[in-house]
Amino acid sequence: MRAFAHLLDRLSLTSSRNAKLTLIKDFLAKTPDPERGWVLAALTGALSFNAAKPAFIRKAVESRMDPQLFAWSYDYVGDLAETVALVWPARPGANREPDLSEVVESLRTASRAEVQRLIEGWLDALNADGRWALLKLMTGGLRVGVSARLAKQACADFGQVEIGQVEEVWHAMTPPYGDLFAWLEGRSEQPSPDAPGRFRPVMLAQAIDEAVDFEKLDPNDYAAEWKWDGIRVQAVSERGERRLYTRTGDDISATFPDVLEALTFEGAIDGELLVLRDGAVASFADLQQRLNRKTVDAKQLAAFPAGIRAYDLLLEGETDLRGLPFAKRRKRLEAFVAKAASPRIDLSPIQPFATWQELAALRADPPAGDPAIAEGLMLKRWDSVYEPGRPKGPWFKWKRDPRLIDAVLMYAQRGHGKRSSFYSDYTFGVWREDETGTRHLTPVGKAYFGFTDEELKQIDKFVRDHTVERFGPVRSVRADMEFGLVFEVAFEGLQRSTRHKSGVAMRFPRINRIRWDKPSREADELTTLERMLD
Amino acid sequence: MKPQDLICPKPDGLYCPPGGFYIDPVQPVDRAVITHGHADHARAGHGVVAATPETLAIMAERYGEDFAGRRHPVAYGETFTHNGVEVSLVPAGHVLGSAQVVVRWKGMTIVVSGDYKRRRDPTCPTFEPVPCDVFVTEATFGLPVFRHPDDKGEIAALLKSVEQFPERSHIVGAYALGKAQRVIRLLREAGWDRTIHVHGAMDRLNRLYERHGVDLGPLAPATTGNKKDFEGAIIVAPPSALADRWSRRFPDPVDCFASGWMRVRARARQRGVELPLILSDHADWDELTATLDELRPGEVWITHGREEALERWCELQGLPARALRLVGYDEEEGE
Repeated sequence: MRAFAHLLDRLSLTSSRNAKLTLIKDFLAKTPDPERGWVLAALTGALSFNAAKPAFIRKAVESRMDPQLFAWSYDYVGDLAETVALVWPARPGANREPDLSEVVESLRTASRAEVQRLIEGWLDALNADGRWALLKLMTGGLRVGVSARLAKQACADFGQVEIGQVEEVWHAMTPPYGDLFAWLEGRSEQPSPDAPGRFRPVMLAQAIDEAVDFEKLDPNDYAAEWKWDGIRVQAVSERGERRLYTRTGDDISATFPDVLEALTFEGAIDGELLVLRDGAVASFADLQQRLNRKTVDAKQLAAFPAGIRAYDLLLEGETDLRGLPFAKRRKRLEAFVAKAASPRIDLSPIQPFATWQELAALRADPPAGDPAIAEGLMLKRWDSVYEPGRPKGPWFKWKRDPRLIDAVLMYAQRGHGKRSSFYSDYTFGVWREDETGTRHLTPVGKAYFGFTDEELKQIDKFVRDHTVERFGPVRSVRADMEFGLVFEVAFEGLQRSTRHKSGVAMRFPRINRIRWDKPSREADELTTLERMLD
Repeated sequence: MKPQDLICPKPDGLYCPPGGFYIDPVQPVDRAVITHGHADHARAGHGVVAATPETLAIMAERYGEDFAGRRHPVAYGETFTHNGVEVSLVPAGHVLGSAQVVVRWKGMTIVVSGDYKRRRDPTCPTFEPVPCDVFVTEATFGLPVFRHPDDKGEIAALLKSVEQFPERSHIVGAYALGKAQRVIRLLREAGWDRTIHVHGAMDRLNRLYERHGVDLGPLAPATTGNKKDFEGAIIVAPPSALADRWSRRFPDPVDCFASGWMRVRARARQRGVELPLILSDHADWDELTATLDELRPGEVWITHGREEALERWCELQGLPARALRLVGYDEEEGE
C-alpha cells in the first residue's frame, strides 16, 4: 500500500508523460502479482469501491479526536480523505500493513457492517500515505491523471511489445491481469483477444501537408468525407456484449446508455459520437454536457441526445472486415446502417469531387447545415485496409483553417516539468468598451503552446521584465492602451459561455504568431469575437 | 510573583524587565539573547548579543563582523547572571547553534525554546527538556495534520527517483541555513558519496558547518560545467531558485522541496513541486504535544504559528495556555 501510495503521489505531481510511463513501468517490474495487477486496475479506473461514504469516515475520525481540532485540520487541508489520513489517531495493536490485494480480497467477501470495521483496522495499520491511498480508493476518488491509454503504453514498454498488441487483448483481460503479465514477461504466449465486445485498435489519419502532398496524390484514389466535430468512438455489439469505446480504448458505455440501446446489430462500427437532434449535429459544447460523467440522468438524456455518425465497419456478424479495402467496407457499412434503421445511428456521407481544387472550395465554403460546423475533411484511399495506428499515406485529415484574432497578453503562469522555470501559460484578452466609452481588456482564453523554445524564452523575458503584480505562480503583465504584447491566437471554434466573464469560450486556442510589431491598442475587440460565434 | 514579571511580550519581542534584555527581538535593542541564526530571530544592529558561539559565527557570516556592538558567547550548559537574572542556553535541536533560553529569577524558571524539534539531526545536538514553570513554545506546525515522517524514508524516495531518472537532474530546494546541510548530511548517511552540487548562496554556510565539525563530503558549485554533466546529479539550492532562471542550466530537472509544508499535497501542487520531501526542522504536532506532556509546565505560552489548535489541545489537557501572538517571525521562510 505504501509503494502504491508513493506511485500515486508521484504520478499526480508529474506532468511529463514520459516520466509517468517510467514510474508505472518501474512499479510493474518491481511489484509481484497480484498486487501490481490490482494497482493497474486502480490506476485505470477498473477498480472502484464505494465502500466508505464520506460521512462514515468523518464519524470514525471524530469519535477518536476532538471535533474542533478536526474541523481546523479539514479547513486547512481542504480534502477529506487527505485530512483523515494525516490526523488519524491510530490505536496500537494493528501492526501488519495490508497490501492492496488483501484489501480487495477482504472487501469482496465482507458484509456491510464488517467493511467499516475492516477499514478502521486498516487505517490503524497503515501510515499516513497508505491511509491516503486507501481512503481515496474507498471513496472512489482516485484522480492521478493516468488514462487507460497511458497504462497500456506502460504495459507495452514493460513487456517490450507494441501498444496495439496490448490493446487487442486488453478487453479480454480482467484484474489482476495475471495472464497479461505472464505474456509481457515472456512466460507465456499472447493471451487470446477473443472476448466478445472487445476493442479493436483504431486507425488514425495523418495531417495533410497542402504544399507537398496534393501534387503526389490522385483525386481518383481517394474518398472524401466531413470530419465531424465530436469524439471518435467504436461501437461494438457482439454476442450479447455491447460496448462504446473512445479511440484510445477507454470504455465509456456507462455514460451513454442511449447509444448503447441503439446497438441492436451484430458488429463493430467506427464513427463519431455526436449530439444528434432530428438527424442534425449539435455543437461540441452540447456533447461536452454528456462527456466525463459517471452517471447520467433522464434530463440530460433528453436534452442532449447522443448518437453515432458512422465512418466505417470493422466487424459484420462474425466477419472481420478490417482486411478489406475501404470501398468494400463502405458498401457494407451503407447497407448495415440502413438495416439498423435507428435514429441514433446515421451515415457520414461521402462527398463526391473531381479535382483537389473542387474539394478545396468545398472545404473553404461548406454548405449550410452540419458541414458548416465540421472540423474539416477526411481523405481515405478507396483501397486502404483498416490498419491500427497512424500509417502514412492511406488516410489524411484536412482541417479547416483556424480562426484568428489578435489578443493582448494579460497574465502568465509558470509551467510544469521542463517548463517550471518559464512563464509558459498565457491568458490573453481583447478590448471591450464600457458604458463610459473607456476601453478595457477582458480575458478571453488561455494558451500554452504554439511557440518555439526560442520564442518561449523571449516571452518569458517579456513577462519578467513587465510584471505588474504576482499571485503565487501567476504574474500579471503590463497590458494597456499604450503598451502590451499582442499574440495572434488561432482557435477552432467559439461558443457562448456563462462561465467566462467575456461570455465566450474558445476551442483549442494556441499562439499562432507573436506580434512584437503590433501596438496593443490595435488588438481585436470583443465584438469581433462575438461575430465569430458558432 | 507572576511569570509576566520575569518575561513579557512587547512589540519588539520577548522582554525580561529585571534582566533588561530581549530574546530574539525584531528591532535593534541594547541587549539581546538570540536563540538561533535564522534571519527572523537573529537580526543585526543590537548592542550586546548573547548566543552560542555557533550562532554568533552564523550571524557574523551573514551580517558581517560588526553585526553587533559586542558578542557574548555562551556555550551550551553555561550560565551567566545579569542584574540577578540567571540565563543559560540548552540545545533546541533546530539548526547548528540553536538554543533554548532558560531564565531563572527568584525561584521561577521560564524556558523560551525558540524554534525546536525533537528528532535526531546529524548537524546539531538534540533538544534537551528542562523542567520549568512556563514553557514558551513555537507552533509553526501546530495542527494535527502535520506529522512528519521519518527522514530516512524521504531521503530514500529522493535516491530512488535519481535511480529511476538517470538522465534528469534533481534540484532540492532547501533553506540555506540548517535544512541544506541536514539534507546533504542525510544523503551522506544514506550512502550517497558522489559530488553534490550546491547553489552559490549556500557556500559560506556550508563551510561554516564544516568548520564546526559537520562533514558534508564532496561539494561543487552548480554554476560550472555543461548541461550533460548534471545528468543524474543532485543539486541543493534555496527554494526560490527552483522557479528561477538559474535552474535552466540543468537537464530536465525534477523539482524537489525539502519542507514540513510538503506534508499537505495541495502545497506541493501549488509550488509545482514534482517530488516533495517532508523534512522539517520544526517540531511536528506529535512532538509539540509530547514535549508539553513530558514537561507539564505550570503554563504554556505560544509564540507564533498555528497557536489556536495548540491552545485548544492544552485546554483539553487542562494545561493553562495563552497565545502571545508575536509578530515578525516568519513561519514560511524558515522551512
